[in-house]
Amino acid sequence: MKELIELIAKSLVDKPEDVEVAEFQDEKGVVVELKVAPEDMGKVIGKQGKIARAIRTLAKAKAAKTGTKVLVEILS
Amino acid sequence: MKQIEIEAGSIEEAVKEALIKLGARREEVDIEVIEEGSRGFLGIIGNRLARVRVKIKETPRDVIETTVQEIIYAMGIDVAFNISQSGLYWNVNFEGPDVRLLIGRRGETINALQFIVNMIVNKRLNEKVHLIMDAEGYRRRREETLRRLARRLSERVKRTKRDVVLEPMTPQERRIIHMELKENPWVYTVSEGEEPYRKVVISLKR
Repeated sequence: MKELIELIAKSLVDKPEDVEVAEFQDEKGVVVELKVAPEDMGKVIGKQGKIARAIRTLAKAKAAKTGTKVLVEILS
Repeated sequence: MKQIEIEAGSIEEAVKEALIKLGARREEVDIEVIEEGSRGFLGIIGNRLARVRVKIKETPRDVIETTVQEIIYAMGIDVAFNISQSGLYWNVNFEGPDVRLLIGRRGETINALQFIVNMIVNKRLNEKVHLIMDAEGYRRRREETLRRLARRLSERVKRTKRDVVLEPMTPQERRIIHMELKENPWVYTVSEGEEPYRKVVISLKR
């Protein structure tokens, strides 16, 4: 899951070298934490959270394929 | 071979040689001069060769193909796709065992993928492109479903004289409902609320 989020985030931001993605398991499923440069926050969140929502939707589809759940957190 | 570095007596010669090796025309490549080259003193001492990097420009099709391929692979879903161009639009059409998963509930996943890939492709290219994704005729089937829904609900509004509020839809989907009922003598439609929860409301004409 980490690879998918990292690929999308790095492709959207102006500073791909500042993208950090961590992945861990909790009782509900996979948790992915995404960090980008402060000036790139808008690039992964979008107007009214539209980009963040699309990223989560794609992550959910990937999780559905393997029958798990995923939570994508964008950290500031 | 997508790019090549060539050394020659002058920039001009180096570029010419690179174009021959790449089998490309000048307008199909980006040229980067790495070393200007110089004749040196008396043409003997300190002669430096010119060095250029010549790279074949990526077409919109290349960029779309690479971007979609990368994301589909990272998502681990088993689909194939083809790309076609019609006027200002690029169409990406999917098929394969995981197409239902790719479409998602009411097109949620394919719409998210379309949105993200549009953003990435437009960032990677210098020109503006607009791409539309479809899978095994999904968009046309969805349009037919929405048209039928619009007609059925307009009958209900006419009969009950009460507004009907539809579920949240994308702008394209709301447009289908508006267009279907535009000429209807009994009802009119408006959109209400904020994206992404904007909904069409069908009301009785007074």
